[in-house]
Amino acid sequence: MSRAEESPMGNGTLIRIRGLVVRIGDRVIASVPELDVGSGECVAIVGESGSGKTTTLLAALGLVGDVSDLGVRGVDISGEITVCGVDVVAAGPGELRGIRGSRAALVMQSPQAALNPTMRLGTLMRRALARHGVKGAAARSRAEEAVKAVLLDPEIMRRYPHQVSGGQAQRFAIALALALGAEIVLADEPTSALDVTVQAEVVAVLRRLRDERGLAVLLVSHDLALVSTIADRVLVMRDGAVVESGPAAELFDRPRDAYTRELVAAVPALPSREEER
Amino acid sequence: MTAPVVPDAAGAATPALRRTPLRWLVGVDRLAVAGAALLALIVLAALLAPWIAPHPEDGGSATHPLEALLPPSAEHWFGTDQVGRDVLSRVLYGARTSLLIAVAVLAISGGVGVVLGVVAGYAGGWVRDVIMRVTDVFLAFPALLLSLALAVVLQPSVTTVIVAIAVTWWPWYARLTASVAASVATRAFVDSARCLGVPAPLIVFRHVLPNSLTPVLVQLSLDGGGVILTAAALSYLGLGAHEPTSEWGLMVQQGQSLFTTNWWVVTFPGLAILITAFAFNVLGEGLRARLTR
Amino acid sequence: MSRYLIRRLGQAALVVAGVVTLTFVIMRLVPGDPAVAYAGPRASPAELAAARQRFGLDDPLPVQLWNYVRDLVTGDWGVSLHTRRPVRDDLFLAFPASLELVAAALVIAVAAGIPLGVAAARHKGRLPDLSIRLSSMLAVSVPVFWMALALQTIFSSGLGWFPIAGEYDTGLDQTSPLRVYTNITAVDALFTGNWPILTSTLHHLVLPALVLAAYPTGVIAQMTRAALIEESARDHARMERALGFGETAVLTRFALRPALNPVLSLIALVFAYSIVNGFLVEAVFNWPGLGRYATDSIRTLDTPSIAGVTLLVAALYVLANLAVDLLQGVIDPRARAR
Repeated sequence: MSRAEESPMGNGTLIRIRGLVVRIGDRVIASVPELDVGSGECVAIVGESGSGKTTTLLAALGLVGDVSDLGVRGVDISGEITVCGVDVVAAGPGELRGIRGSRAALVMQSPQAALNPTMRLGTLMRRALARHGVKGAAARSRAEEAVKAVLLDPEIMRRYPHQVSGGQAQRFAIALALALGAEIVLADEPTSALDVTVQAEVVAVLRRLRDERGLAVLLVSHDLALVSTIADRVLVMRDGAVVESGPAAELFDRPRDAYTRELVAAVPALPSREEER
Repeated sequence: MTAPVVPDAAGAATPALRRTPLRWLVGVDRLAVAGAALLALIVLAALLAPWIAPHPEDGGSATHPLEALLPPSAEHWFGTDQVGRDVLSRVLYGARTSLLIAVAVLAISGGVGVVLGVVAGYAGGWVRDVIMRVTDVFLAFPALLLSLALAVVLQPSVTTVIVAIAVTWWPWYARLTASVAASVATRAFVDSARCLGVPAPLIVFRHVLPNSLTPVLVQLSLDGGGVILTAAALSYLGLGAHEPTSEWGLMVQQGQSLFTTNWWVVTFPGLAILITAFAFNVLGEGLRARLTR
Repeated sequence: MSRYLIRRLGQAALVVAGVVTLTFVIMRLVPGDPAVAYAGPRASPAELAAARQRFGLDDPLPVQLWNYVRDLVTGDWGVSLHTRRPVRDDLFLAFPASLELVAAALVIAVAAGIPLGVAAARHKGRLPDLSIRLSSMLAVSVPVFWMALALQTIFSSGLGWFPIAGEYDTGLDQTSPLRVYTNITAVDALFTGNWPILTSTLHHLVLPALVLAAYPTGVIAQMTRAALIEESARDHARMERALGFGETAVLTRFALRPALNPVLSLIALVFAYSIVNGFLVEAVFNWPGLGRYATDSIRTLDTPSIAGVTLLVAALYVLANLAVDLLQGVIDPRARAR
């Protein structure tokens, strides 16, 4: 977790995006002029379906169009994306694979679908650690430590994805990131497939890891109530463009853009951050 | 899934099903076009056989003993067979037999299978159970096996081949249609038709059937090749077409003992089977790729 | 699981019952009188009546069906009209040879088809993919009997690399006689250490097994490719990429196992299909299996033998499908939970 200091950008900036434009054919599906995530910071991108928020998150990992075989051709990405010191737009596949998982980790929306159905959780953990050069006893202790840090029983590693609950699977995904030593978690709607009580567990885990270990989070969500409990800064996206951005407290208290106002007003009893503290 | 960038496999397949055949034919991929073109050529050759065959009378029972087993030449591009008939002419006439069998089998088995399948899929419950168990039984017989058994019962002829293969082929369409129809039957427009008091048969044939056809059409074009191969195999075993009909499998069988000495007698009819089955398969694969994308 | 198992077994039993009934019905439709076929054309009326009596041909059809089922269950599969031996004994001799051929072909098909499918999926849309797809389509379009004739003509008659026909060099029966246990020559030779016969059998197997492997190789390659592409578009594949794994690793180390499920079902289908397709290959290479027995039976309108072959292959198909359903659980832990 000390690698953030080594990054050429210094000052702990883990993600730096400037003038990012993602196009499919002629259509712009995401356009983000500026986005920074620093060490220990939580930045949220909010917006409705199709606003381009997930695309932005995937672009940061170089994963836009990774399944484009299914008919989406001609994904074009321009602008600057630097993640943990790596220029994602220009980097070769080997360099990208080097940061994926070990420095910038992904947490997906549907937790069980994100885990290989034919593989025990422990096997996935072991293979992922081995991929990044951690093997044997070191791998075992790292895995166990990470699983405990997300409040799971290490016994869970003997199970298959269909044998664990959604909340457990999602916390395991976070544990994978921890075990690999990721400095930032890119979480795509991490709670929207979960029950309300389970949502709270997952958010609590993320928040604690940020506070205790300085884990940065880039959170994509349509759930403003969730965002308000964890995010330091917020970007609001609509139809592929950023309509407003700023510190979370400010944005929720005094939304400038009409669309943001609409979103904020639509949330019943949005807990103000002051009240919560 | 928030971004429209990455349609998942299952999600993308559904809209394709909803489209009508004509609309998605506009965007078919190159493979399907190539298969269709090749198939069109073969169909054309079959239709025009009496006019383009260099020796049309050789498609039937003509014999020219003095010209037996001549190697390929300018006069006989594919050489001549044991009784002096022009192999090219017989191959062209053979296309008529093979395509006739294919079309007849697919029409019969497709028709029967789709009707039973759509009824099973729409009705569900015990109707579906009964129909599916019957298809299970028929599916337990590989097509060629049941055709063999039936071909023994019926006298060897082209009609026998058609009947035998059709009997073994319909369950595939019944199963396929049933599964598609079952999902179509749960769609909103079927519900609304039911609520409006539209009688069940009308719902089935007006609404469920047309919306279940696309995958069946793809399967039909994929199966054309299989039918051609099975028919040729039956004729090769002496259970199908017989002299003087021009049939590729029969031509291979009649010439097999001459393969080492007179290769052309066996090679060209075999290639004809291969190319025709290939055309069907390429077309079907192309359509399937389009459908499941 | 056990409830699922019982349900599945019940279903299989129902299908077998249907298969038996259908076979019985077809065989009753045979033109000509089986009694005449058995007793011969010059039989006296008394001999004919005896034959009719013996086969129960005067009983009402449902009674005949009942007797037929009872005989089948007690192991009496009738007497072959052309070999004059019990059909069951004939099948015991012929089937192992067919199984040997089909097994060899399927081993080749799996060993070649799955790697080809993986390679095609890995290079989707590019030249290797296109060439693998086109060759698989060619492989499934080739008429086996013609390919068998062609390979036999080129490699046996022409180049002399392989024997023309048969299962092994029968001259070896004198010099190193084979002790028979399973009737599968290669297996018996292997376990009794009969190397001359083993090598001869393997040498004889090459061409027919290759021909018979063409179709399954093609469909397995296509199915593997399709299943892998579908699997590699799922969420878990994206997760594996996000963990730092490359495309090849995602395909072979993660996507392949869930993708094998449809491939396995396909192999069961292809197994039964290949036994029947093997009939044609056996005819060309004079392989002493079910195919030769079936074609001989057809030529002599030998209904008990044809019924025997038909029942055996259909039952095998049902068994293969049952086996696959149970095997799914081994590959896919989700299926175990049912």
